[in-house]
Amino acid sequence: MSKTTLTRRGVLKTGAVAGSGLALPTIFTASSASAFTNEPTGGSVTFGFNVPQTGPYADEGADELRAYELAVEHLNGDGDGGMLNTFSSKALQGNGILGKKVDFVTGDTQTKSDAARASAKSMIEKDGAIMITGGSSSGVAVAVQGLCQEAGVIFMAALTHSNDTTGKDKKANGFRHFFNAYMSGAALAPVLAKRYGSDRRAYHLTADYTWGWTQEESIAAATEAFGWETVEKVRTPLAATDFSSYIAPVLNSGADVLILNHYGGNMVNSLTNAVQFGLRDKMVNGKQFEIVVPLYSELMAKGAGENIKGILGSTNWSWTLQDEGTKAFVKSFGTKYGFPPSNAAQTSYAQTILYADAVARAGSFNPCAVVEALEGFEFDGLGNGPTLYRAEDHQCFKDVLVMQGKENPANEYDLLEIVDITPRAQVEYAPDHPMFAGGSLGKCNPGA
Amino acid sequence: MLGLEKKDVTLLAVVALLAFAAPFILNPFPEGSEMAQFNAGYPDLMQRFVIFGIFAIGYNILFGLTGYLSFGHAAFLGVGSYSAVWMFKLLSMNVIPAIILSIIVAGLFSLVIGFVSLRRSGIYFSILTLAFAQMSFNLAYSVLTPITNGETGLQLTLNDPRILGASTGADGSIPVTSLFGIEMRSTYEMHAGAWLFQFNAGYYVCAIILVAAFYLAMRIFRSPFGLMLRAVKTNQTRLNYTGLNARPYTLAAFVISGMYAGLAGGLMASMDPLAGADRMQWTASGEVVLMTILGGTGTLLGPVLGAGFIKYFENIFSKINDNVLHGWFAALPDGLEDTLVFIVHPFVGKGWNMTLGLMFMAVVIFLPGGLMEGGQRLAKLFRKKDKPSGDDSEHHPKQAPHVAE
Amino acid sequence: MDAILLQTLNGLDKGSAYALIALGLTLIFGTLGVVNFAHGALFMLGAFCAVTVSKLLTLSFETVDPTRVDFLGNPLKVKTAYVESWFGPEFGGALIDWAVPLSILFAIPVMIGIGYVVERGLIKHFYKRPHADQILVTFGLAIVLQEVVKYFFGANPIPTPAPDAFKGSFDFGALIGMEANAIIYPYWRMVYFFFAAVIIGAVFAFLQFTTFGMVVRAGMADRETVGLLGINIDKKFTIMFGIAAAVAGLAGAMYAPINSPNYHMGMDFLVLSFVVVVVGGMGSLPGAVLAGFMLGILESFASMNAIKSLLPGIDQIIIYVVAIIILLTRPRGLMGRKGVMED
Repeated sequence: MSKTTLTRRGVLKTGAVAGSGLALPTIFTASSASAFTNEPTGGSVTFGFNVPQTGPYADEGADELRAYELAVEHLNGDGDGGMLNTFSSKALQGNGILGKKVDFVTGDTQTKSDAARASAKSMIEKDGAIMITGGSSSGVAVAVQGLCQEAGVIFMAALTHSNDTTGKDKKANGFRHFFNAYMSGAALAPVLAKRYGSDRRAYHLTADYTWGWTQEESIAAATEAFGWETVEKVRTPLAATDFSSYIAPVLNSGADVLILNHYGGNMVNSLTNAVQFGLRDKMVNGKQFEIVVPLYSELMAKGAGENIKGILGSTNWSWTLQDEGTKAFVKSFGTKYGFPPSNAAQTSYAQTILYADAVARAGSFNPCAVVEALEGFEFDGLGNGPTLYRAEDHQCFKDVLVMQGKENPANEYDLLEIVDITPRAQVEYAPDHPMFAGGSLGKCNPGA
Repeated sequence: MLGLEKKDVTLLAVVALLAFAAPFILNPFPEGSEMAQFNAGYPDLMQRFVIFGIFAIGYNILFGLTGYLSFGHAAFLGVGSYSAVWMFKLLSMNVIPAIILSIIVAGLFSLVIGFVSLRRSGIYFSILTLAFAQMSFNLAYSVLTPITNGETGLQLTLNDPRILGASTGADGSIPVTSLFGIEMRSTYEMHAGAWLFQFNAGYYVCAIILVAAFYLAMRIFRSPFGLMLRAVKTNQTRLNYTGLNARPYTLAAFVISGMYAGLAGGLMASMDPLAGADRMQWTASGEVVLMTILGGTGTLLGPVLGAGFIKYFENIFSKINDNVLHGWFAALPDGLEDTLVFIVHPFVGKGWNMTLGLMFMAVVIFLPGGLMEGGQRLAKLFRKKDKPSGDDSEHHPKQAPHVAE
Repeated sequence: MDAILLQTLNGLDKGSAYALIALGLTLIFGTLGVVNFAHGALFMLGAFCAVTVSKLLTLSFETVDPTRVDFLGNPLKVKTAYVESWFGPEFGGALIDWAVPLSILFAIPVMIGIGYVVERGLIKHFYKRPHADQILVTFGLAIVLQEVVKYFFGANPIPTPAPDAFKGSFDFGALIGMEANAIIYPYWRMVYFFFAAVIIGAVFAFLQFTTFGMVVRAGMADRETVGLLGINIDKKFTIMFGIAAAVAGLAGAMYAPINSPNYHMGMDFLVLSFVVVVVGGMGSLPGAVLAGFMLGILESFASMNAIKSLLPGIDQIIIYVVAIIILLTRPRGLMGRKGVMED
């Protein structure tokens, strides 16, 4: 967007103009001269980092933001280059993207769809952002992804774990690097069966909203395939803080495993309550009672403190991995901020690099060119091993980690340890799998 | 003129002028300058100013005139949004039927809730409205997901029937909301020197409706009906003794304000076709209460100012990050720059809530009548320069808009 | 049967938290007539008193252990708490373990102090102002208090465990001759229940049996007349506010092990505490306590699977449904006084 032009240009585009087929509908504020929304014309290009900065997920958002700033630093050739050095694609030179310096704006999603969209819109309309990334919940990610599709910019989702993001709500302009509920289930179930036996009875406590349901569905299906029985699925209100009345009846139900399909504050509280009730010291059906948390995060582990010891869950990535990419990332993040990155940070960093690389390979910021470059892209060296950005649904396929709360942490960051690295083949599914069916990518939208 | 007194015509003209010239007024700083951070003249925020302005004007008809403090008005806004999005999904992308339906549905919803809640007064009334709104929110988030799409929010899809329109647009994407062919999102950009002004079709639809809504509120304030509502606030018992039943009047005010909320919700969905349950949460109901009090309860213009004030902080201050701060103070010596960034840092970006909280306290402590009182004081200062200063209205008995004293 | 017993227990425990918060709120709201939106924040500050004490006790110095390395490959810095090095690991460790109960000693003066400052500095000027102004100023205050806590402690919940002695749960079922594990209940929650009972009893006794309490009760009923009698009711009200803050703070401090405190936990309880107070009836302390326990128990019952399968989603709205039913059948809540916050 040229900022010094004196001429009045652009016309008030009406549906009639769009209908005549002369031009695609104008979306937001692209002037008629540019080929796509917010085409960068100056010496810099602007990214929009849209993360929760207030509300319960503020710390998670802060960690994402740290990773974004680090990625921008590396893209512009400052710092030690981090995972750019280990990334399999070498299209990025460390001189910005296509010679343009990377700039960024930040916004606060408040973990609310409305606020997140308002913030993303201001980035697109006011700051001329070419790509939006961030998020800490699936509701927000789906809402912002829809907006970016309409606006004609690329959305690189960060923390969103619901199947819907790349399932029934998938969009051509949206991409997800993070894993999803189905993958959590597929990765966890074999480990659970191996460790706890195949003759188990599971009791589900599920946060009563979309993500909770997909998580419950995925893990229940995966464990049932290994012979587990699902005793009860209980929905808990999202606003609940005290889960005692949901946990108290568990022991009496004949179940010997409790699966907590909760995230964030819900998970910290339900796990703390479950441990308070002494569930893990009990024997039921002649077996040790166990608790499982399908989706783990470092911050939740920190919030739950000692209660996570020995509890199994899954994550997208962990700083304790020993591949070259992870080591490079942990080193540059740790040197800059003084503590290791969370898996939210890693996915944010990777998404930024992946977008920049796609632009460099495509030789254009045009969203459609970027979509083409990312679809079916195979890469390595970003910490997750060989990874595929599947063209059919814009979901990344890579290994999934099964994690366990560590018994004797060496320091305050060393809370989770890797139990198993589930290979990619085991968590793959068909694009039209029933849990993901019902949506379509549509066509990529370059905006103006 | 228009059935208004001269003073009111002037006020209406000022509101109309401010609304129509907003793209200029809100963009005082040239593009690319450090101060451009404070520009608010982009379509989304301008639409929000106006929509929340309408919401607050309507709320003020209930709260400002009758003194009934409702803590559940966000539910009507939410219901309005859902109705509008359903209209887009089922009927067509034209905003008119959507907005009409959202007003009607919100009106009916508020009739039911108002009828029940107005059986009590004071704090008991507030808690009843709060309870209804929280029930709506909790159910919309969970059990009612088939209607509301829960956490994700109700969105348009390519498979929607849209019987009077097309399911998909010409280019295979979801069609956009429009007013007889004028797309709500289309924007005309004007470059003037270093300045960039954006004229958005959707914004002007909102602005016209705002002026109409303001005019209607003005008529209500000045009507015998409005007088009756004020009587309810001043002394309901005495009103009852005169043989008048206040309930029909308060219920009418409640429904009117509910319809205003529905209109705001419908407009919100028309500008951005998505309806989320968050809109019905008690914090959203609280927000409109704060907007009204902050601007000046019972004044015509106050609620609009309050709405603008809160939305400005939410959208502008939250985007000031350390990078921006360093940019501002870059001219200063390093040590000073870092110190200043360190001092300002807690109040911007992720700390914008802190600034908002401090502003709430400052306004209510120093300007007991809200922002409008600030405006009046300024006006007084200019008008009566000859009068000795020291006119401390804080110590004057003022006709404070009491809620439930 | 055992399910009902279990949920009753649960409800009593939930209810004790609600009752404690409502008790403090009703002292300020129902009696001083101030709509205090900062009450949740006071509860939150109490919980952070516990966090602060546990942080202070675990305040550590670092020694470098060259034999081990940290995640970046630098020599590992080993942390040792000062109290452990001063008093030896035995006693020092016990101090750290008992951080939450110890924090009561810290929370009482701190919360009374905060209450005093807030009342003298802010609320005092708002007794005669409209409720709308009170809402705005206390809401602003709540936001500021939250943000200050967030600035120092972050947004993530901070685990604040109960002493080891109270870990695990008690088997009620076995006590009354049922099979093992039928009715178990965590020790710390039982401690919380008894703690709440003691505090509630103490507040009632204080208001009922002391001269001070008598004057305050008289002041609630008719502030003007008490003032005319030459009694400085304002000062009494300041102390009252301090006590209310302390009750909220203690409720929060002891609650910390039940749910890890975070900076917005006050907002989560705010709406609920208003509902409890109003359902109990404005201006009635017993009403607030009764409503707290009642809503706690009903909420627990509503979360039973049998009931949920009958009425899906009932646990989401039970509190509000009950509030509506009670307010429509009893105009002033359970035990409300006539004329308080009614017009």
